[in-house]
Amino acid sequence: MQFPVLSLIIFTPIITALLLLLLPENKKTEVRVISLAAATVALLSSIWVYFSYDINQAGYQLIEKYSWLPAMGISYHVGIDGMSAPLILLTGIVMFTGVLISWGVDDRPREFFAFLFILATGVFGVFASLDLFMLFFFYEIAVFPMYLLIAIWGWKVTREYAAMKLTLYLFIGSVIALVGALAMYFTSGLGTFNMLELENAGFSTAFQKLWFPFVFMGFAVLGGIFPFHNWSPDGHVAAPTAVSMFHAGVLMKLGAFAALRVGIMLLPEGAKFWMPYVILLTLVNVVYGAYIASVQTDFKYVIGFSSVSHMGLVVMGFATLNNNGMLGAGVQMFSHGVMTALFFAVVGMIYDQTHTREIAKLGGMRKVMPLVTLAFIIGGLVSMGMPLFSGFIAEFPIFMGLWTSYPWVAIVAAISIVITASYIIRIIGRVFFGELPQEFSDHLHDVSILDKIAIGFMSFILILLGVYPQIMVPLVQTGVNNVLRLLGGA
Amino acid sequence: MTFILENLLTIILFFPILTALLICLLPGQQKGLIRWVAFIFSFIPFLFSLVLWFNFDKTQTGFQFTQQVVWYPPIHSSYHVGVDGISLTMVLLTTLLIPLTILTSFNIKDRVKTYMVLFFLLQFGMLGVFLSLDLLLFFVFWEFGLVPMYFLINQWGSETGEREVWKGIKVPSRIYASFKFMIYTMAGSLGLLLAIQMIGAITGTFDIPELFIRWNSVQELPFNISTSTVKALAFWAFVIAFAIKVPVWPFHTWLPDAHTEAPTAGSMILAGVLLKLGAYGFIRLVLPLYPEQSNAYAGWLALFAVLSIIFGALAAFGQKDFKRLVAYSSVNHMGFVVLGIAAAAHAVGTQDATIALNGAVLQMFNHGLSAAGMFFLVGVIYERTHTRNLDEMGGLFPLIPVYGGILIFTSMASLGLPGLNGFVSEFMVVRGSWPIFTVYTALAMIGLLFTGAYILKGIAKVLHGPLNTHWIGHLTEINAREAFVIAPLMVLMLSIGVWPAWIVDVINRAVEMVF
Repeated sequence: MQFPVLSLIIFTPIITALLLLLLPENKKTEVRVISLAAATVALLSSIWVYFSYDINQAGYQLIEKYSWLPAMGISYHVGIDGMSAPLILLTGIVMFTGVLISWGVDDRPREFFAFLFILATGVFGVFASLDLFMLFFFYEIAVFPMYLLIAIWGWKVTREYAAMKLTLYLFIGSVIALVGALAMYFTSGLGTFNMLELENAGFSTAFQKLWFPFVFMGFAVLGGIFPFHNWSPDGHVAAPTAVSMFHAGVLMKLGAFAALRVGIMLLPEGAKFWMPYVILLTLVNVVYGAYIASVQTDFKYVIGFSSVSHMGLVVMGFATLNNNGMLGAGVQMFSHGVMTALFFAVVGMIYDQTHTREIAKLGGMRKVMPLVTLAFIIGGLVSMGMPLFSGFIAEFPIFMGLWTSYPWVAIVAAISIVITASYIIRIIGRVFFGELPQEFSDHLHDVSILDKIAIGFMSFILILLGVYPQIMVPLVQTGVNNVLRLLGGA
Repeated sequence: MTFILENLLTIILFFPILTALLICLLPGQQKGLIRWVAFIFSFIPFLFSLVLWFNFDKTQTGFQFTQQVVWYPPIHSSYHVGVDGISLTMVLLTTLLIPLTILTSFNIKDRVKTYMVLFFLLQFGMLGVFLSLDLLLFFVFWEFGLVPMYFLINQWGSETGEREVWKGIKVPSRIYASFKFMIYTMAGSLGLLLAIQMIGAITGTFDIPELFIRWNSVQELPFNISTSTVKALAFWAFVIAFAIKVPVWPFHTWLPDAHTEAPTAGSMILAGVLLKLGAYGFIRLVLPLYPEQSNAYAGWLALFAVLSIIFGALAAFGQKDFKRLVAYSSVNHMGFVVLGIAAAAHAVGTQDATIALNGAVLQMFNHGLSAAGMFFLVGVIYERTHTRNLDEMGGLFPLIPVYGGILIFTSMASLGLPGLNGFVSEFMVVRGSWPIFTVYTALAMIGLLFTGAYILKGIAKVLHGPLNTHWIGHLTEINAREAFVIAPLMVLMLSIGVWPAWIVDVINRAVEMVF
């Protein structure tokens, strides 16, 4: 019996959350220290999980299985493959940096960190679940604290609206997906929610074609697929910094990942039938998302819409249903997660001091916060797919996959690269360079050492992956091989 | 020693990165220390490339000093580097110019540390393009080089001047120029990126020597379009990306802005090395990968080259801004490079083609020397007068005779005076392309007349004519540091002009292999 490291990762946050809620309210420093300790444990064990995955052996590893409700064939069944291992690591990174950056949260930090950690448990759980019921269980756990986090600690102007919009969208999406999942459960006749068994259930083609859109689109809502994306920029903007990081960095991956795991992997024939249509939607995501981002005047909305554009590329990669496209999509989930978390961290640091996000009112930030500027530039270069940064490593195979399946989509989607470059450059120029406005020049100061550690850490990962793709690519490749096997060696 | 020889290219390529990291560790206030560390360390890649030069086997064709390491296996891309005579020449040019530009940059006072780090990143990007033998790696470095250059222009560019961008909205010229540079080049490389992706998806490899075989033997494509159409489209995608970088008329409009606004050292590198990346792309990739298309469309390329030569010269002649004049001269001179390449593409395998291509490569090297020298000299005079307006200068020769002599010498090299380097390469290009494109070559030679005109205009406006008395007492002679920058360039200009064989021998072998 090996050490149950996945359970450790999944339950550390929620146990910490309960512990935090037991503390007296005024012990703010203790709350922060305990949170940081828990996040460090989660990060270290997710790094351990990531590197302990045996690439040569492939398949699902670190499996733990306990009966939970045997009568219905539900078990607590977790394990990772090459697709989910990077996402576990991603969640560990975002959780750790999110806690560092939220050090300054002064309004009820106890509850804030507790909710954040419940959210983290949900996310870890979804990535590790090998049981369909458990996946839904954790999925809802992840969505629910989001509402509270945004509605209580969010941006005062739109927080109720955004929190409501987000929660309704995601619940409706997950209910639709749940209907599809139940259809699978009853039709298979296996009496189990075990996804490894459902993979081989041999659903008829007609069944798959009918239910694939429910399952896939239900989850893809959380992945921000057009035309169901418009909860996401509002949600990103209204959320407090650490929550935005979680939200764009990890939660959107949850949607894409579940759409892959439940939609494509369990209903491969349905996927083959519907993907030409899905790819059109993602094309709108990619190009239109980039265009909308380029016309925003609010700094945070730019980043919000850029996530829509980049997540479009992830789903687009899945929709190619070939090796390169999926490989790229797998790497892009990780790369975009770290990048967008970095972006939101930077936006938060600037907003905390200036109390404005109007691009036109900002300027000259490099004079007070040079490291933040560097981090944003690195994130920007990742975003525009600059070589030697992780975005290139991810997007290049996606485009190669498109060339094999849908050449003209590759050509149209490539337009987004130039649009992205233009708005990123514009923001770098407007916000970080130029003259520092008079009204800020006296009271701005550099960010704290914790913030610097957080953004430095994320920047380092983005460069490392860009320069040395071998650190992640073979791992993702094993996951892709598994998906391709289900798709019939396509 | 064997270790060094076996890993020589990797050492040359990554040494700038090590230097950049080292500079990152130095304290930012110690500007003098940073400058000297940067200067001394920038020499080391140059020394290594001299080792490379003397260990390079001139009698052998094919790539030497190759090294191949796994980089990105799922899409079949590897870290594969190697040199032949063409890239060797360019590596030497790059590693030579970098220490000189660092020395030029000693007058930078604002954020010296970041500036130097960016310069070494730029060197890394440029060397990578010349050394790559993997198409994906080539693109990686090709794009990466843009980033440091963008920031160099954007942050350390000229401080005066505004440009109207949209209905009365004005931005500083350097912001305008850097944005234009970045977006123009990125948009240009978009086609290149797509074509590279397509080639990779079809052939299943990015290895350049391997592609020469596989891509040319592709018969079936997974699209419902004929192979020749797809290849022609991919050909134009490559050509446009490289033509923007060279730049070939009518894609040159980013160049005068970028060159004029960049800091002196930035302009030197931009004209000296960055433009060569485009021409190098033509020779390394377009000719071998698309022999049929190159052959078929060479006439168009030659036409654009001739137009670059003529319009570049005319535009240079019309300038009042000294730096802009030199910037347009690059369009003019790079036109000869493209003319040589087009001629070679059109008459593959003939003696004339070999001469023309030899001339084109040599012209790349020569223009690197003379353009860097000219931009440097413009920078020297600007630093003293704080104006680049030719009308405000005049008759300065008596005040600064040494500078005047150097300016005349460098201008003459640029103009193509026999005995100096420009003459050799332009003569070779013209000699090679005359039998192939007679009319175009004749027109190009008329363009040379205008070259003479604008160069003499530059000299006359700065050095001769009535003395502008305003400058008496204000102007100081060129100093030792500046003389040290220009001296090696002058020595090379003269040595190639007098005895070109030492460099042509190296180039020639590689040129023969291109076909």
